[in-house]
Amino acid sequence: MKFKESAFKYIALFAALCSVIFLFGIIVSIFKEGYPIFKIYGVIKFLFTTSWHPTHDEPTFGIAALIIGSFVVTIGSLIVAIPLGVGSAIFLSEIAGFKTRELLKPFVELLAGIPSVIYGLFGMAFLAPFVMRLFNLSTGLNAFTTSIILGIMVVPIIASISEDAISSIPKELREASYALGANKWETIYKVILPAAKSGIIASIILGFGRAIGETMLVLMVAGGSAIIPKTIFSPVRPMTAAIAAEMGETVVGSEHYHALFGIAIVLFILTFASNLITESVKRKVMREHNL
Amino acid sequence: MKNFLKLLVVGLVVLTVTNLFAAKNSLTMAGSTTVLPIAQKCAEAFMDINPKVNISVRGGGSGVGIASLTAKSVDIGLSSRPIKDKELATAKQKGVNAVANIVALDGLAIIVHAQNPLNEITIKTLKDIYTGKITNWKALGGPDREIVVVSRDVASGTFEVFKEKVLGGDKTKDDALMLASNKAVASTVQETPGAIGYVGLGYLSEGVKALKVEGVMPSNKTVQDGSYKLARPLYFYTNGAPKGLAKEFIDFVLSSSGQKLVNETGYVPLK
Repeated sequence: MKFKESAFKYIALFAALCSVIFLFGIIVSIFKEGYPIFKIYGVIKFLFTTSWHPTHDEPTFGIAALIIGSFVVTIGSLIVAIPLGVGSAIFLSEIAGFKTRELLKPFVELLAGIPSVIYGLFGMAFLAPFVMRLFNLSTGLNAFTTSIILGIMVVPIIASISEDAISSIPKELREASYALGANKWETIYKVILPAAKSGIIASIILGFGRAIGETMLVLMVAGGSAIIPKTIFSPVRPMTAAIAAEMGETVVGSEHYHALFGIAIVLFILTFASNLITESVKRKVMREHNL
Repeated sequence: MKNFLKLLVVGLVVLTVTNLFAAKNSLTMAGSTTVLPIAQKCAEAFMDINPKVNISVRGGGSGVGIASLTAKSVDIGLSSRPIKDKELATAKQKGVNAVANIVALDGLAIIVHAQNPLNEITIKTLKDIYTGKITNWKALGGPDREIVVVSRDVASGTFEVFKEKVLGGDKTKDDALMLASNKAVASTVQETPGAIGYVGLGYLSEGVKALKVEGVMPSNKTVQDGSYKLARPLYFYTNGAPKGLAKEFIDFVLSSSGQKLVNETGYVPLK
C-alpha cells in the first residue's frame, strides 16, 4: 500500500514537472533558433525598421510593421470586446434573473468553443465583402474587419472572467449600497465595478494575450500587407500571420528561418508579460477578497 | 485465463509480424501544399491497386518537404520549386543526394474580377502593377478604379514562380494583399471589383476572369508547349534515383492513368 501511494505521488509529480520541462524546452529552442537573426541583422534594425522582404534577392527583415500590425488588430479587438464582454458580465451577474442567466450563459460559453478557423471563414466569406461594400473600400480584408471578428472571439474570455470577478463580490456590499438609497444602476456603477476592477482588468489582459497570439483568423482576414497602416481600413500583417504563412516554405537554417523565430521571441515575450501581469492582478484580487 | 494469455501473446506476435511486413510496404512523403493534391490523389489510386501498400502524405510546404528528405524522415519530398543551393549543400552534408523528378506542370493564371473589361496583359504591365507603378485601371483603359493587388505570401512556391517570371529583381508594392492560399486569392478576387491576382490553373473558376498573358491564354496545351510563359514544373525529390516502392509510385504518377489524375486535380500533365 505504501509503495502504491508513493508511486502515485511520483507519477503526479512527473506530470506536474512536465509543464515546466515543456515550457523550458520551448523557450530554449525558440531562443536558440531566433538568436542568430539578432546577431546577423542587428536588434535595432530587426525591431525598428519596417521593410519586410524576406525572400527578396537582397532580403530585409524589419519587423516594426508586423509588430504594429499585431497591436492595431489587438487593440481594435479590445475596443470591440471590452464593452460587449464587461456589459454581458454585468447583465449576467447583476441584472438577469436566474432563468435568463441560465439561458444566456451557455451561449457565451459556446462562443468561446468555436475554433478560430471558423471565425476566419466567416470573416473572409461574409464580413469582409460586407465591410467593403458598406464603406465603399477597395478591399474588405483589413485591420477593421479583423478587429471586429477578433473582438467577437475575445468577448467570452472577458465576459466569463469578469463575471466571476463580479459574482465574487460579497453580498454585503450590494446590500449596504441599496440601504444607503442607491438604485441598481448607481450600485453597479459606483460599487460593483470599482470593487471588481482588478478582476475585470485581469480579464482584459488575458483577452489581450489571446488576441495578440491568435493566428488562423488574422492569417485569413487581415490581408497580409507588411505596412504600417495609415487608416483602420488598411490591410495589416500581424506577427503570427507572418510566422504561420512563411515557416512552411522557408529554407531551414536560412536567415529568413531565424527571422521567423526572432518574431516568435518577440511574440513570446509579449504574451509572457501579459500572462505575468494577469497572474499578479489575480493574486491582488485574491488578497482583496481574503481568499 | 491461461488460454486468454496465450491468445493475447499469439495476437501480439501476429500484429508485430504484420507490422514489420507493412513497414516494408510503406511510403511516406511530405512537402509543398501545391503538390500535395497530386500526391494524395495518386496515393489513393495506387493503394487501391496495391492494397498491401501504405502511403502517408503530409503537407507543410516545399521547405518542409526538402528538409524532411534531408532528415531522411520521408521517402519523397514534395516541392513546387527546384531545390536551393543551400539546401542541396545541407543534404550532401547529411549524405542525402536529392534527385529531382518532375511529375507535373503548373500554370499561373492571372485573374481579375469577372466584370473587369480587360482581356489581356503583358508581363511588363503586370510587373508595373505589382511594383506599384500602375495603380488605377484607368491607365489600362478600364474604369476609374483603384487596382487591388493580390499576391501570395512571399515564402510560397507560387510567389517564387511569380517573382522569377514577372517581378525580376523588384519587390511587390508594400500594400499588396499577401494571402496564404490559392483559394484565398481566388475568392478575394471574385469578391473584389478592382482586384488582380494570380493562382494555379486548377483554381480557375466561373467567378473570376483569366487574362491572356503576352497574347496567350493559359491552358494545358499552352503550358505544355511552353508558349504560356507563367508556368513551372512540380517535383518529387528522392534520395538518389528512385528505387523500390518510391520508383513504383513515381512510375505510376508518370503513367497515363497517373497523369490523368494530375489533370483531374487541376494541374497540367507532362504531355
